[in-house]
Amino acid sequence: MLTALALGITVLVMLAIAAVPLGRHSHGGAIIHGGCLLATLFLAGLALAALLAGPPETVMALPFGPPWGPALLALDGLSAWFLLLLGLIGAAASLYAIGAGPGPARALPPYPLFLAGMALTLAAADAFLLLLGFELMSLASWALVAQDHREAENRAAARLYLIFALLAGACLVPAFGLLAGQAGGLDFATLRAAPPDGWLAGAVLALGLVGAGAKAGLVPLHAWLPLAHPAAPSHVSALMSGAMTKIALYVLARLLLDLCGPAQPSWWGVPLLAVGAASALLGALRANMEDDIKTLLACSTIENLGFITMALGLALAFRGADLGPLAVLAAAAALLHALNHGVFKTLLFLAAGAITHGAGSRRLDRLGGLIHVMPVTALAALVGVAAAASLPPLSGFAGEWLLLQALLAGWKVADIAFQVVAAAATALAAMAAALAAAAMVRLYGLVFLGRPRSPRGAGAREVTAIERWSLLLPAGLTVLFGLFPGLLVQLAAPVLQLLTSAAVRPPASVLALTTAEGASAYYPLAVALLLGLALAALVLLVRRRSPGATQRGPVWNCGFIDPPAHLPFGDPLTQPTAGGIAQPLRRMLGGALLAAREQVEMPSPGDPRPARYEASFRDPSEPLLLAPLARLRDDITTQAERLRAFTIRRNLSLGFGLLVGLLVLLAWLEAR
Amino acid sequence: MALLSALAAQLLHITLMLLAAPLVVGVTRWLKARLMGRRGASPLQPLRDWAKLLRKRPVLAENASVISEAAPYAGFAACLLAIALVPSFAQGMALAPLGDLVLLAGLLTVARVALALAGMDVGTAFGGLGAAREMSFAAFAEPALLLCVLTFAILAGTTNLDAVAVAMRDGGLGLRVSLALAAVAMLAVAVAENARIPVDNPATHLELTMVHEAMLLESSGRHLALWEAQSALRLTLWLALLLAVFLPFGTAPAGSGPLAWVAGLLAWLLKMGALCLALAVFESAVAKMRVFRVPEFLGAALLLALLAVALLFVSTGLA
Repeated sequence: MLTALALGITVLVMLAIAAVPLGRHSHGGAIIHGGCLLATLFLAGLALAALLAGPPETVMALPFGPPWGPALLALDGLSAWFLLLLGLIGAAASLYAIGAGPGPARALPPYPLFLAGMALTLAAADAFLLLLGFELMSLASWALVAQDHREAENRAAARLYLIFALLAGACLVPAFGLLAGQAGGLDFATLRAAPPDGWLAGAVLALGLVGAGAKAGLVPLHAWLPLAHPAAPSHVSALMSGAMTKIALYVLARLLLDLCGPAQPSWWGVPLLAVGAASALLGALRANMEDDIKTLLACSTIENLGFITMALGLALAFRGADLGPLAVLAAAAALLHALNHGVFKTLLFLAAGAITHGAGSRRLDRLGGLIHVMPVTALAALVGVAAAASLPPLSGFAGEWLLLQALLAGWKVADIAFQVVAAAATALAAMAAALAAAAMVRLYGLVFLGRPRSPRGAGAREVTAIERWSLLLPAGLTVLFGLFPGLLVQLAAPVLQLLTSAAVRPPASVLALTTAEGASAYYPLAVALLLGLALAALVLLVRRRSPGATQRGPVWNCGFIDPPAHLPFGDPLTQPTAGGIAQPLRRMLGGALLAAREQVEMPSPGDPRPARYEASFRDPSEPLLLAPLARLRDDITTQAERLRAFTIRRNLSLGFGLLVGLLVLLAWLEAR
Repeated sequence: MALLSALAAQLLHITLMLLAAPLVVGVTRWLKARLMGRRGASPLQPLRDWAKLLRKRPVLAENASVISEAAPYAGFAACLLAIALVPSFAQGMALAPLGDLVLLAGLLTVARVALALAGMDVGTAFGGLGAAREMSFAAFAEPALLLCVLTFAILAGTTNLDAVAVAMRDGGLGLRVSLALAAVAMLAVAVAENARIPVDNPATHLELTMVHEAMLLESSGRHLALWEAQSALRLTLWLALLLAVFLPFGTAPAGSGPLAWVAGLLAWLLKMGALCLALAVFESAVAKMRVFRVPEFLGAALLLALLAVALLFVSTGLA
């Protein structure tokens, strides 16, 4: 199985090499993306087999590696779970890429490399290979974000993305280094055998959280995500949002829940819980303010990653408090939501791509009424939107149900500080879920419902058959995962055991998800069947009492007159805009959390200027984190620039001072 | 046998709820009219209105999509399933194992989203306005509700509604400050979720502050009847939920026979009548608030619920 895994990754790397000459070929894109489709499906099958048959115990030593030993490859439950996620998302994204037609040749080689980097991160069994894969993933995705580099905002997005990717690497390398330094080896078995404690453990926690958080886009290190996702082509955005951010969380889970050992204290969960709650709230609120589909979806990704991080934090806290069954419940919430979010967010990003393709814009204010001309896309997007709004019985609700149940059991940790934190986190999670529903209604209502808002939007066409299938397949998976979350959680049983070190049955049966003690349960299939039954009975009864067919007439709109003839789809000003739908939340929450402002400029009577209304907001990470950092960088640069004005005498004394300093350091190290 | 009786109780419960829904709305309206010194329409008026609407052919806007036609049914089905899970005269009904409070909140969200999408379907200004406000209010109502659920989860050890109701009825919990605070919070959420005064005025049309009715402006015929019936069902659901959790006295225990059911039914009707009266008095006594004051109203509910939970942590010595 490990040989097959290595083969899969090698095929992806070979595809990247083959993409260089094939890029100029007219069918090159289809060949490479087709190859990626097969390779990712193969990886998904491999992961599924590993989860079903029990992961292989062995570790494979690769014939290359760092100077001190071979690189190691393995596939345990945790890797297999995320590999399954990567395979499914990669397959859907590759299928879409085949249908969307050829992009620029320079964007072709990084795509298989990106997939290979993610797979390598998951398959690594030592810190060196894991970091290698992680950096490969970062660099390849940077190349994809920067592919449309002629536009200045894309260049800025790619630069910011690279800075955050470097920060992630700069934190993860010392985190693994600290672990390896005291364990005396880089492979996971050695690291696991010597769990850190004291300040070392605290340092690993902080570095791991910052490193993985920067890559996953957790608050306050999320600034790159709403910029980078729209800059990349849609299938790459889907991969980045659905898979790459999850890989970062995989590294977080691997580092904190697996490698640091099960004996870490309960308070370890609190930073994760706090960061997760902040991400969930801020992401969901921002999703209500944005007016670009892909930016909106990126903000929703921040929110969902917040949910998963909260669940991981709860798992850590419950494990530290010796509440095994609850830890399993929380870990199951994290895994299930990671998988479900990956699939439905891929669906939504691909739908965003289809909309851009079919209707020529990503801006909410230039779209509208697409349900009439793009029915298949509209149907698939409705499934995705309903899942993202966590409506039962779709997949988004299943993960959220588990998370809320874990949060509602937070009071069982016998520490009043944690209880209050958990209660506050419950409220924030509920608020984020409601905000997500609002954001998704806004997205769907503005894009697919109503009337067209621009001539280009009015001339929209349905996308190609392959693109439609690449939307319908993840939509089907979203429904399927929503109906059978119990099976998925049971499939994850080895992962849960690995994460929580508790030999407890997973909180699920075939048809239901249950709480830790089994006191309450969620039966998605029964809910779906009962809803269907109620719907069928309702339609039958109502239609018997009211057999008349529907009539069509002009819009009532409280008696507004018909639009003039020169406005073929009505006066656009009478339709709600993206800013208008956002207004209640901007006033209720935006002012406090996002520094949202509204300005009305009303010219005096007799002045022919039009009145202006401007609404804007600013993400708090900009003034609080990015701006001070930028100032610090400028200050340091100014100081460093002074070196250039040094006289030769000063330069020489600088070199001499450095030499002396190094010698003193050497003497001190010798003496110890 | 036990299964059969549970099934019978469930079917009777659904029938009762479907019958009670128009009456709850009609009686509340009648009581309000009496309180204001008018004679008021008969409590059966909602039923007559719906029957009339069902006979009419619905008129859809030219650019209305399939959402306008499907959403009324979807929303009603979600509400119907939700109300089937809230116990009324008897406990231990057939669907009781399904009756999780988080699921209940999810089903109500389904109904809300269906309504909001229907409001946005035609692309009129009022529909979008109402949808935006409806979804925004939920952002405050939902956390308050979840914190109330947390109070129940701590006291009863579960989020299953039936089990919570049993724990509340069998006592042992006593009168608690936390429960009183949670009750106030839940009442506020119920008022907001049902678009009643002071959050929204159910008796108006065409006011700039309206929320719920704004989304229905383009509905007619059977679609409008379904929306109206659904809102009546939702009001009944919230009142029944309040009764089931905070006033579960007299409810027939699980596995009891028809005699206990009749007693439970009488008790439930009495309690429901009292609650309708309280609602009518409250609505007659207060004025509607500005729409951007609603977050303060619901924020107060959220704080009360948080206080209830915090008091519980301190008082029960869970720490």
